[in-house]
Amino acid sequence: MTSLTVNGTVRTSVSPPATPLLDVLRGEFGLTGTRFGCGEEQCGACLVLIDGAPAQACGREIATLEGRAVTTVEGLAGHGIIAALIAEQAGQCGYCLSGMAVAAAALLARNPTPGRAEIAQALDPQLCRCGAHPRILRAVERAARDMAAGGTGR
Amino acid sequence: MTALPKSLEDNRRLDRWLGFAAGRVQVSVGKVEIGQGIATALAQIAAEELDVSLARLDWRAGDTQLAPDEGSTSSSLSIEVGGASLRLVCAEARALFLAEAARLLNASPDELDIADGAILRDGAETGHDYWSLAARVELARDATGAVPPKPRAAHRIVGTSTPRRDLPEKLAGRGFVHDMVLPGMRHARVLRQPRPGATLVSLDAAAIARAGASLVRSGDFAAVVAPTEAVLRSAAEAARPQWRDGDAAAPEMAEAAWLATQPADIRTRGSEASPPAGRRHAASYSRPYVSHASLGPSCAVAHEHDGILEIWSHVQGVYPFRANAAGTLGRDPDSIIVRHAHGPGCYGHNGADDAALDAAIIATLLPGTPIRVLWSRADEFAFAPAGTAMQTSLSAVLDADGRPIDLSATIVSGVHVNRGAGRLLAARTLPNAQPLPPPAESSDPYPGAGTRNIVPYYDIPATRYAHHLVAGTPIRTSALRGLGAVENVFALESFMDELAGLAGRDPVAYRLGLLSDPRARRLVERTAAMANWPARGPAGTGVGLGLAFARYKNRSGYACVAVRVEADTEIRLRHIWCAADAGLAINPDGVRAQLEGGIIQAASMTLKEQLRIDADGIASRSWADYPILRFSEIPPIDIALMDEPDEPSLGMGECTMGPTAAAIANAASHALGLRLRHMPLTRERILAAAA
Ligand code: FES
Ligand code: FES
Repeated sequence: MTSLTVNGTVRTSVSPPATPLLDVLRGEFGLTGTRFGCGEEQCGACLVLIDGAPAQACGREIATLEGRAVTTVEGLAGHGIIAALIAEQAGQCGYCLSGMAVAAAALLARNPTPGRAEIAQALDPQLCRCGAHPRILRAVERAARDMAAGGTGR
Repeated sequence: MTALPKSLEDNRRLDRWLGFAAGRVQVSVGKVEIGQGIATALAQIAAEELDVSLARLDWRAGDTQLAPDEGSTSSSLSIEVGGASLRLVCAEARALFLAEAARLLNASPDELDIADGAILRDGAETGHDYWSLAARVELARDATGAVPPKPRAAHRIVGTSTPRRDLPEKLAGRGFVHDMVLPGMRHARVLRQPRPGATLVSLDAAAIARAGASLVRSGDFAAVVAPTEAVLRSAAEAARPQWRDGDAAAPEMAEAAWLATQPADIRTRGSEASPPAGRRHAASYSRPYVSHASLGPSCAVAHEHDGILEIWSHVQGVYPFRANAAGTLGRDPDSIIVRHAHGPGCYGHNGADDAALDAAIIATLLPGTPIRVLWSRADEFAFAPAGTAMQTSLSAVLDADGRPIDLSATIVSGVHVNRGAGRLLAARTLPNAQPLPPPAESSDPYPGAGTRNIVPYYDIPATRYAHHLVAGTPIRTSALRGLGAVENVFALESFMDELAGLAGRDPVAYRLGLLSDPRARRLVERTAAMANWPARGPAGTGVGLGLAFARYKNRSGYACVAVRVEADTEIRLRHIWCAADAGLAINPDGVRAQLEGGIIQAASMTLKEQLRIDADGIASRSWADYPILRFSEIPPIDIALMDEPDEPSLGMGECTMGPTAAAIANAASHALGLRLRHMPLTRERILAAAA
């Protein structure tokens, strides 16, 4: 059994200790926003925040997360990046967007006024096959602006 | 009367498309959302013609029980054919309701109008609306297609950049077939036949059981079924299937040049006269096998219950898939329901149908248990159909001014159209597997598959081509965004630059000298202006500017792309410009998104992508083995959408692929002062071209 905080709520997982966090989130907790893309720590579709730092959920065993705080895309519902992604129509299929939102939220927490190159660098591990990149970059810029203006961010 | 668009011709009944109940409009269509925004664009058309707000539409797309049969969502035809059909249906339904209201009000239909579903007379409410009249208006009748849709000037919703209707749900963490959970659902994975024709000799059933999973088997079809994804993965790993025989491939087969050494079915089209004598130029171009590489692996859910096999899948065509599944399973299509559910981006015939058949077979072997199949990333790379390698060779006879007066092309290609019963992976392993007929693929110029866009859009007096269709590709291939147009436009538009160079002419001026369609000319001129073409500079400086144009299928969306690169032993994209002509753009921002997406995907393929092959077929089985373009490699992209609102709407999802590939090659060749003719344009290719 592993107890951890997920999006602000304490949850207990009964999955075997070696189970990837991604399976626990999707299969056990029913939080399907964190996507399975590769299971091999190569695409970023499963990105979550662990104690505020971005981490690929497919590569983290649940047993290592005792007492830790996990934020998934569901936990970003009120975050400026979600509204910005929609405002910029920054998705085609949208399968990559959960990971993008989490990566952007991590960046904006660290650097509220990132430049284009910094955004691109922070998002570089995140793959998108549909070519939504220009819009995703614009969405991160927009979220930064909105949050600076005291808008929908936090 | 002119012919009805195909979707309407195939589904004449109005009530197959539309229903009015409880203040809402139920719209059912066969064209499905595959990441291209079609659900939003079609909703705009319906809301426009019916005069209701978008918020009133309940949308159902791709359902063999509840929605019309529009075949497959492919070939950039969803707006051109599906949209045209829906527009006529809605216009006719609106006229029927207006006629009924006029009768009740003793008015002429001309005095009446509709606002958000309410019938107005001289701008005032009449107390009637779609819903109050629904019982009186019979929609169980065939469309005539005779009611003219609204004129362009009356459009309020069509032509606006309406936000995508599916994104909020997806960002809230739901919405994909991958996210579906049915009570009692089990997770399953097929142990894939490693080589075509291989026989399953043994597997470790005890280890599967020890891992907490079970085995289902029928002939060489074997699958592991488990309570959770995590258990499934370890059980599938523990299964250790042993296979014997099967067709081995080899690394050299990964090259297009290998394909050209294989037996082919040769079809010729075009001018039958021999090329005249004169100065000639000839060159040969190629592209390798490429992967759809969708970000999420293929997934499906199937449930055999009450004599019905119900399947949820992200296939492009629910009816074609149902026919396929019925044939494979030997059962009545009416006992199968296929419902479309969102999947990761779909760029053609990917693994979705295979995964759906996997789930369907397992579900029939375990009646009553909902079965979810999610492919592994490695299986997605290894077993989804690939885009075929191709080689296109061109030979032109030139007049005294260096203009082509005669053009011959030879295309060597695997198949681009590879659907149909028995062709899906699991079907090949069942006890009743039938021998496959040879691939059937047309060699006509329109719409064309391997031959798509091989006839140049330029004024060239005589053209001819030979299509060498090779059945014996080392890996399974089928339709991938743009089909043969990617390679054929890459070849033709690279060749145009070469011909311009031989003639001592500027590539843009040279093209304009051969282009008579004014829409095409405007596009090329606009792109050149955006890219500041006059300041292009000499070749061989390490900085290059290139341009390419095509009209997709020579009848659909127009795109011209210009690219600036820096190149030494590798190519770095610095800026991309694109002018495109979609006719009437239903949703301009949606068109822009499709153009950007096509450009980036084509750039990725052009610069980086090639599937490696070994004895077991595709050897590139992870993102590490198959890199795609990342954020830091993507330059600014400027798009100009030409305004042609009085022209018919054109499909735009694929039109940028070929022009992007060729524009990059032209830019790189300009930067380096040497010609790159073989994709991907990697360091190895550059060094080989320089040697
Ligand atoms: S699913 Fe975790 S990185 Fe791809
Ligand atoms: S929008 Fe489809 S993968 Fe990014």
